[in-house]
Amino acid sequence: MFFRMLRGILVRQKGKMLMIALTIALGASLATAMLNVMMDVGDKVNQELKTYGANITVYPKNASILNDIYDVEGGAQDAYLKESELGNIKTIFWAFNIVDFAPFIDTTVSLDDGGEVTLVGTWFNHHLDLPTGESLDAGVSSLRSWWDVTSGAWLDEQAMADADEAMLGSGVASRLGVKAGDVIHVKASSGEADLTVVGVYDAGGDEDDQIYAPLDTVQRLTDTDGLLSSIEVSAITTPDNELAVKAAQNPAALTIAQYETWYCTAYASSICYQIQEVITDSVASPVRQVADSEGEILEKTHLLMVLITILSLLGSALGISNLVTASVMERGAEIGLLKAIGAHDASVSGMVLTEIVITAIIGGVVGYFAGFGFAQIIGQTVFGSAIEMKAMVIPIVGVLVICVSLAGSIPAIRTLLRLRPAEVLHGR
Amino acid sequence: MSLLELKNISKIYGELKALDNVSINVEKGEWLAIMGPSGSGKSTMMNIIGCMDKPSLGEVLLDGVDISKESAKNLTTIRRDKIGLIFQQFHLVNYLTAVENVMVAQYYHSLPDEKEAMEALARVGLSERAKHLPSQLSGGEQQRVCVARALINHPEVVLADEPTGNLDEANENIVLDLFRQLHREGTTLIVVTHDPEVAEAAQRTIVLDHGRVAREVINENFAD
Ligand SMILES: Nc1ncnc2c1ncn2[C@@H]1O[C@H](COP(=O)(O)OP(=O)(O)O)[C@@H](O)[C@H]1O
Ligand SMILES: [Mg+2]
Repeated sequence: MFFRMLRGILVRQKGKMLMIALTIALGASLATAMLNVMMDVGDKVNQELKTYGANITVYPKNASILNDIYDVEGGAQDAYLKESELGNIKTIFWAFNIVDFAPFIDTTVSLDDGGEVTLVGTWFNHHLDLPTGESLDAGVSSLRSWWDVTSGAWLDEQAMADADEAMLGSGVASRLGVKAGDVIHVKASSGEADLTVVGVYDAGGDEDDQIYAPLDTVQRLTDTDGLLSSIEVSAITTPDNELAVKAAQNPAALTIAQYETWYCTAYASSICYQIQEVITDSVASPVRQVADSEGEILEKTHLLMVLITILSLLGSALGISNLVTASVMERGAEIGLLKAIGAHDASVSGMVLTEIVITAIIGGVVGYFAGFGFAQIIGQTVFGSAIEMKAMVIPIVGVLVICVSLAGSIPAIRTLLRLRPAEVLHGR
Repeated sequence: MSLLELKNISKIYGELKALDNVSINVEKGEWLAIMGPSGSGKSTMMNIIGCMDKPSLGEVLLDGVDISKESAKNLTTIRRDKIGLIFQQFHLVNYLTAVENVMVAQYYHSLPDEKEAMEALARVGLSERAKHLPSQLSGGEQQRVCVARALINHPEVVLADEPTGNLDEANENIVLDLFRQLHREGTTLIVVTHDPEVAEAAQRTIVLDHGRVAREVINENFAD
């Protein structure tokens, strides 16, 4: 009978129920859209910010002190990192957050015109098979994705011929008057080479006056086989808080519980710490500006979305509250009658609540899909890419919708409980 | 012992005494009419007898139980088990069919039984209209559904407040015939009305005025 009554209400009063479902759908769709975007926006913003390069740099212990104090670059160097340990970076606790990295070794070479220039050896799109069984293409082709290749193309390590190849900064290229396809001669400390220019790039900075070549080419020219002078890492990080700041100064000062929390959170400092653990005699440090602003932007975006979500849910709670109260008022005689023929308050309230929950579920499902559509629109207009469907959103929206609908029906239920059959049944 | 005993009941709204020291006994199987001008306290009295309201003063014994002291929750249970209600405005659930409206009363009482509900509708001559919604029924038909609903749980007392107030002559007669039939079967009937014709159908009429019993008339011509 209960179901026949429910069916009666839902089918034969569908106009009213539809209004309530619509209100709920609206709230649910906003919540879905916001939650989906919020959960995906972290990755999206990171992807955007990744184009601005690495956010962690790794130096050999001694060199990094020199670099910090004297700000020297590419000068005489006696400390190196080991190339063989590079893959370890993808084995740390936060390996998943490491999106890209590239090793560097640099030296000064002299050119045929008598001038000197910095030659940087690195990975471009280096294919890496990890100890974990995964594989990865890492290197500057994505770490320096803002480079504007004005002539030729990106150096492709996979398609490299036997001859040595290189990419020239626009400054060097114009000084030498060369373009893609030309060959230049360079002389380094331990050898010389003819480099085929495969591309000329415009980086808008110091790099325009440098030459970039594959890592092993430069190692050969400087007799530093298997050695690196630095590593740049691009990692997705959590914004720093007090704990992260304290830990960054001295991890040993933390209590065990704090240490665990810190170690298991993707702070830039804990990722740095973990990189140091796997790369012998290294110092990893966050490139502050980028790491911080990334976190800040994310935090602000999240806050905004949480606020919009709360407001939209509040709005729909008010809407539901109005509609349900109005419909209970309208049904005063009917509810009075049900009470008169023996329905207890609990069963009448249960009935009304069940109607609302069913309506809420219908509205919620419709709202979820509509909201997912909104999220895609937001994704396309703001980020120019689709928003990934997060499974987590479903239970969250479900619980929110039910809570909001129930909260919205409280005034109606109170009206209903106060309703006395004697007062509504006799026409006056 | 009478089925229903009102002992010196009063219902007071501020200054106004809607009922003023009324005492009435109703025997089992009796057919009683309550008459009186508008505002004389008829509905107030019906609410009290029907366990939908409590008197300000006095006692109401239904089957020996003093219902003037019961909690609202217990009153609901007593009402469900012992009383069948019929109203002037019918009060059918508008999104349920005729038979479902009868079954609702079964549902809150015990268990809905569609077959029994259909029999009740057959009794009031509405077998054909069982699957219709109230909006598809005439006033007379709606009131007959209400009679079927009031009877379905075999109540001790059927209470009707102006049951024919919204009906034409023909339908009024149909409803009165149903009441006669109920009376023959031994159902106790209390019918509030201001229609003398309806009152004359009963065995006894109590006339209220300003909340008091003005007079009591035994219908000498009462015929089963
Ligand atoms: N809830 C109430 N509050 C105040 N006055 C009421 C209330 N219910 C009824 N009354 C008053 O009590 C009197 C009797 O009302 P009622 O029993 O409905 O009369 P009847 O049904 O005979 O027309 C009327 O004067 C009415 O205004
Ligand atoms: Mg009245």
